[in-house]
Amino acid sequence: MTPACPLQLNDHGRLRHFLSLDGLPRELLTEILDTADSFLEVGARAVKKVPLMRGMTVCNVFFENSTRTRTTFELAAKRLSADVITLNVSTSSTSKGETLTDTLRTLEAMAADMFVMRHADSGAAHFVAEHVSPNVAIINGGDGRHAHPTQGMLDMLTIRRHKGDFSQLKVAIVGDILHSRVARSNMIALKTLGCPDIRVIAPKTLLPVGLEQYGVNVYHNIEQGLKDVDVVIMLRLQRERMRSGLLPSESEFYRLFGLSEQRVALAHPEAIVMHPGPINRGVEIDSSVADSPRAMILNQVTYGIAVRMAVLSMTMSGQNEQRQLDAEKSAQQEAR
Amino acid sequence: MLPQPASLIEEMAAGLNRHLAEQGIEEPRFVGIHTGGVWVANALLQAMDLADEPLGILNVSFYRDDFSRKGLHPQVRPSQLPFDIENQHLVLIDDVLMSGRTIRAALNELFDYGRPASVTLVCLLEINARELPIRPDIVGQTLSLPQNQRVKLTGPEPLAIELRELDPQ
Repeated sequence: MTPACPLQLNDHGRLRHFLSLDGLPRELLTEILDTADSFLEVGARAVKKVPLMRGMTVCNVFFENSTRTRTTFELAAKRLSADVITLNVSTSSTSKGETLTDTLRTLEAMAADMFVMRHADSGAAHFVAEHVSPNVAIINGGDGRHAHPTQGMLDMLTIRRHKGDFSQLKVAIVGDILHSRVARSNMIALKTLGCPDIRVIAPKTLLPVGLEQYGVNVYHNIEQGLKDVDVVIMLRLQRERMRSGLLPSESEFYRLFGLSEQRVALAHPEAIVMHPGPINRGVEIDSSVADSPRAMILNQVTYGIAVRMAVLSMTMSGQNEQRQLDAEKSAQQEAR
Repeated sequence: MLPQPASLIEEMAAGLNRHLAEQGIEEPRFVGIHTGGVWVANALLQAMDLADEPLGILNVSFYRDDFSRKGLHPQVRPSQLPFDIENQHLVLIDDVLMSGRTIRAALNELFDYGRPASVTLVCLLEINARELPIRPDIVGQTLSLPQNQRVKLTGPEPLAIELRELDPQ
């Protein structure tokens, strides 16, 4: 596991960037969930907007395609009354350092207060947070295989709202763990929030090395792994993986690891099924399961807006606090 | 000598009943501002023999104008209005009215739920530090405090008023 990331916290331990769930204390994750709960209530009103980020500019920079993450971030920022611009930057062939630094300078010139960034390279958001001018917040909307922290938190909100206390739960994550930033963020969040039984179910070729650090139990057989679980998190099978020889075929994957009704029946009778989307029906999940009442896939999208509102407003707040702390510090130095 | 909330609430209940009768308001809806205003509202409803009346709870954190200076309060509890406010006569209740900024935020938030027919403002204490043109319709007591002092309501059982010195900066 990468070391704790003080870069994303201000001098008082409050969020100033949101790059990864790694190293964030349980209290902070719980606070994100509590704040998101409050924003869910706002989302149920006739007027779904609050004036928290009025006059601020949020810039969505997506180097990788995304529909739901980009649109829910956009909606979250708009519901906080921020001005939002979205840039779809196609991945260029120049090396990571050059591309990012150049893009960063361009974006800084737009005087945005916050960047939401998605990039195909692991560590890209961290890199930008290190080099961005002070008081500009960076939110990671997914970087390579590394992290997708807002997805992790919206999954935790889904679990907390439908299953309650993490300390009593068995949670299974099924599918392509190796390439999944969602799986990494979920494993870290579940561990931090005190989930005692985190299971990972995948073929050996789709598991990363060093899984022990997450404190998970590994299963290669889905029937064994799903037994009595309260939550099943399915991951999307990325079709391009088939070409790399890690998997024989889609139908083979479905036969061995697809979530069918028979397999869901092995879980706890009231188990919920989650999926970050977009779903591949008949590849990792059967249509009848995806459309059943236990499927939380659409709830996850709704909760995603509230979680992103919480993260945007808390990060903005942490930046403001740091700005004041810095101002106080320089005033003291001048006084001397 | 600081006032006792219990005696103030009795007088406020009588005053509010008179005010509502004068205005011809028959079925008001009650809304307390989190947290002190909710305590005062509960005590007030009790004193008016309306203990079973549903009470709306407003948390104005998302509407405050000092967000950029103070940030989000770590434990923001959601607002809950268990009734429709469209065309209703509202009684808005808070513990201490000082600058008027909390009430400004509360009014903004209320209007995001709908368009009330009227809003009556009830406060346990009013401190002479108004920064906005907002005055209570019903007030328990008005206090003059030196600039370095604040009052704080503790509760809910029993309600008590404490005097606090501000840290010299």
